[in-house]
Amino acid sequence: MGARDLIQSFSLGELRQGLAVTLKYMFAPKITIQYPEEKTPASPRFRGLHALRRYPNGEERCIACKLCEAVCPALAITIESAEREDGSRRTTRYDIDLTKCIFCGFCEEACPVDAIVESHIFEYHGETRGDLYYTKQMLLANGDRYEAEIAKAREADAKYR
Amino acid sequence: MEALLAPIHQHIGPLFGDYWPLVWALVRIVAIMGPLLLGVAYLTFWERKIIGWMQVRIGPNRVGPWGLLQPIADGMKLFFKEVLVPSEADGSLFILAPILAMAPALAAWAAIPFFDGGALANMDAGVLYLLAISSVGVYGIIIAGWSSNSKYPLLGAMRSAAQMVSYEVSMGMALIVVLMVSNSLNLSDIVRAQDHGRFASMGLGFLSWNWIPLFPMFLVYLISGVAETNRAPFDVVEGESEIVAGHMVEYSGMAFAMFFLAEYANMILVAALVSIFFLGGWLSPVGFLPDGIWWLVAKLCVILFLFLWLRATFPRYRYDQIMRLGWKVFVPLCLIWIPVVGFWMMSPFNIWK
Repeated sequence: MGARDLIQSFSLGELRQGLAVTLKYMFAPKITIQYPEEKTPASPRFRGLHALRRYPNGEERCIACKLCEAVCPALAITIESAEREDGSRRTTRYDIDLTKCIFCGFCEEACPVDAIVESHIFEYHGETRGDLYYTKQMLLANGDRYEAEIAKAREADAKYR
Repeated sequence: MEALLAPIHQHIGPLFGDYWPLVWALVRIVAIMGPLLLGVAYLTFWERKIIGWMQVRIGPNRVGPWGLLQPIADGMKLFFKEVLVPSEADGSLFILAPILAMAPALAAWAAIPFFDGGALANMDAGVLYLLAISSVGVYGIIIAGWSSNSKYPLLGAMRSAAQMVSYEVSMGMALIVVLMVSNSLNLSDIVRAQDHGRFASMGLGFLSWNWIPLFPMFLVYLISGVAETNRAPFDVVEGESEIVAGHMVEYSGMAFAMFFLAEYANMILVAALVSIFFLGGWLSPVGFLPDGIWWLVAKLCVILFLFLWLRATFPRYRYDQIMRLGWKVFVPLCLIWIPVVGFWMMSPFNIWK
């Protein structure tokens, strides 16, 4: 340890440098986003709460091909299908267990008719575990409620797909 | 002050008869403890704010205006939580430990002079009392670690025992120098001894306080004080990343809160001691402003801010580095400085006559 090192350490040189840095940042503008009032922008690809979409004439898109059920890595989707009176194949049951879902977006990618989508909604909650088990009616209701935003996000992202 | 209090003694005193001295002592204790515990609560809030600002965040701001009710909310939460006692723990010691940690942190305040003649107990051996009481604080931590009957608390307790004992040595030696120049063990006399000198008579009192002639000891005492209270960067006792929370791992609810209060009460205590020993206690820095308790509070706040600033800035010391700093740097430094000041006082250049 030379004289220079001794002077450096006994004059607390490096410590003073460090303290100067933190003191400078104490007066810097803060980067915190005040969440409920302020929000960060979300990408149109954001993967949030699931929804089942309908065609503009009110017909549900899902044709019960079960590709999403097959591709789902978390086995969160359960589908049962049957023939409807008009002879088309439709789901009688379409459940997503959100406690299992990992929000990978594979179901959305696998869907040939853009029926199951993940919307931009992430502010939802369940007070019991059962509340996060979404049935076909709940998913269709999500689709009906957020159709405008969902369609807008798909359109914004369409040219990159 | 005496004149102000005389009517109280005269009119309320007889109501209590022979018990009046006891009641009066209790009143004074409450008058010290109340603001102190409030200060402890708001120190936690202030710490979170300062560290937040230094990390380019804004800190707690949701509870009450500017988040000012945050410590109250924290306290309520901890108060209503259950105090869990692990089944393998030594029950009575487990409950005793937080009390043993808290009591000395509060008891030490008896000797602190808040203004001239404003100490609860104006002891002639005040410094000895403080050293003795603050050493008892380590028992709370050791007993907590032992009675938890768990690995991390025991490791934390062992670390804290070694660390607090080591730094008490350098703290005590730094104090020896202060005692030499002020020629008294009485805290009030130590403050008064800083009131005269060439600069004090020029009206620049802050230049004749102990911190300038004894600057190395001032630093040693300050840093030892941080280590003594187990604060960052010397917080290996709690060491979140290594032993979770050290001796506090098994504690919950109010028992946990007691350790927390003790830590922050100790911080304020060390800050008060630094201001009394080195920064002239209640003395005003310049001649034309009156002395008073507000100067002690202001100095205390500056030192406390420094503690928070240190925590926001430095990474934790490794355990062996802490021991090296204590035994191989501070103790030799003090051992050199004691004779240096001794010769200085014997020489014609003595400034403490």
